[in-house]
Amino acid sequence: MSWGWRSVIGVPYVWLTLFFLVPFVIVFKISFSEMAYAIPPYTDLMTWADQQLTLSLNFGNYSYLFTDDLYIRAYLSSIRIAGISTVICLLVAYPIAYAIARAEPATRNALLMLVILPSWTSFLIRIYAWVGILKNNGLINNFLMWLGIIDQPIAMLNTEFAVYIGIVYAYLPFMVLPLYTNLMKLDSSLLEAASDLGAAPWKVFMTVTLPLSKAGMIAGSMLVFIPAVGEFVIPDMLGGAETLMIGKVLWQEFFNNRDWPVASAVAIVMLLLLLLPITLFHRYQSRELGN
Amino acid sequence: MGKNVSNFGKTYLTLGFIFLYLPILILIIFSFNESKLVTVWGGFSTKWYGELLRDEQMLGAAWMSFKIAFLAASAAVVIGTMASIVMVRMGHFKGRAAFTSMITAPLVMPEVITGLSLLLLFVAMAQTIGWPAGRGMLTILIAHITFCTAFVAVVVSSRLREMDASLEEAARDLGAPPWKVFFLITLPIIAPALISGWLLAFTLSLDDLVIASFVSGPGSTTLPMVVYSSVRLGISPKINALATIIVLLASTGVLTAWWWAQRVETRSIKLPANIS
Repeated sequence: MSWGWRSVIGVPYVWLTLFFLVPFVIVFKISFSEMAYAIPPYTDLMTWADQQLTLSLNFGNYSYLFTDDLYIRAYLSSIRIAGISTVICLLVAYPIAYAIARAEPATRNALLMLVILPSWTSFLIRIYAWVGILKNNGLINNFLMWLGIIDQPIAMLNTEFAVYIGIVYAYLPFMVLPLYTNLMKLDSSLLEAASDLGAAPWKVFMTVTLPLSKAGMIAGSMLVFIPAVGEFVIPDMLGGAETLMIGKVLWQEFFNNRDWPVASAVAIVMLLLLLLPITLFHRYQSRELGN
Repeated sequence: MGKNVSNFGKTYLTLGFIFLYLPILILIIFSFNESKLVTVWGGFSTKWYGELLRDEQMLGAAWMSFKIAFLAASAAVVIGTMASIVMVRMGHFKGRAAFTSMITAPLVMPEVITGLSLLLLFVAMAQTIGWPAGRGMLTILIAHITFCTAFVAVVVSSRLREMDASLEEAARDLGAPPWKVFFLITLPIIAPALISGWLLAFTLSLDDLVIASFVSGPGSTTLPMVVYSSVRLGISPKINALATIIVLLASTGVLTAWWWAQRVETRSIKLPANIS
């Protein structure tokens, strides 16, 4: 292999290994150490004393995660919230992707552009927009009270409901895009064949279109589900104190309690839980990336 | 697929776009609100824009974010393009599976995990080799280049795969060395993808709160960090003014790039017809 080719592989390979792979090894290592009042605030795993190398692995952080039920509840509710949001997102996105895929080629690109455009503006600000809409004296409550439908504001901000809205709103384009790509690749002769043979439109959809768009549905769902499990900004800004999500727990463990080892253990367990969905996503994506 | 959208489809799309755009529209409208209460209309005013422009901390953070985003996007386009050439044109090599995982995993990795792991890496590196000495702009930049590279690689490799490989072959057959084939043939053809990859990386970097919060140090506050701390204290019309400016800049940038890409696209489709 020539020198040139070697550097083309080498640069991205070394960069990603050093700054993406190695950090996980370090997180794994530090999850076995103890919190210490030092800089950096954790103990060394290996110590050299009396001409002897001692390796002390501390499983305390992990057993702590399983004794304090806060963590287990946070993991479970993150998975539940992310799962429900993913399903809602899929239900909202599918008809959008389908309608765009069936539009005239000229309008198709413009419609797709319109779906993606909001995600080019700040994520933080788009979530912030919902605070003003959902809060007690926010737009929805003011409007409903003005209409006289309600006389007490409905509590929407700082509930799980607000988190669902936030996730669906922020991640919708990530669901629409893979679905659209998938639906565009669909061989239209299959659809014609089915309807020529007398299948009703809904039957064509249920028996041909839907099963053939499975790959897009899986890819889109993973693009929403995996980051949503570890989401911090949305539960923090819209979910209030009541909504328990593991991304927020990790953040607080790190920034408020300054307990780096427990934060590392939280991250490692989260990663293990996400291993299966990440593998699923990887399998789809590596097909897309040209294998 | 077919060529007609039913009325149901049209209605649904309209509702979808209302859902996507209404919150942004409301932000923009209330940025011109005289009243400090963000949800009560108190008359038209541009005073919040004035306050925004006088906010030294906000401006400093915006400039910091802009510098980081510019550098991160540029570096990510170079590394990401190299990565996509490896994935699309290189066939099988040792460690290919690991390589593709390192491209796809950052796309979905929860930000808190990426942020924490990079911080721990920087701390460990500072301890063992003394570099990077402190945390700040450099560490944020490295973190951003890393996750932006993955996004650029996805955008560029999809373009590279669609590209007609026979053009490269022809140039090679005529004796052009690989680097010349790349710069004279491949690069001009995939240029639109490089531009959209750069823009994507630029916005991702400009937008990142979580990872930057983990790896930043004193004196390196980015715009999302300032916005976040001011939003935590309550809603402020100044943030609405900032949002309006960001929406305006982002949509102008993206629409220009999109329009340009469409033009390049139609030109390259028409070209063979003109020749024949």
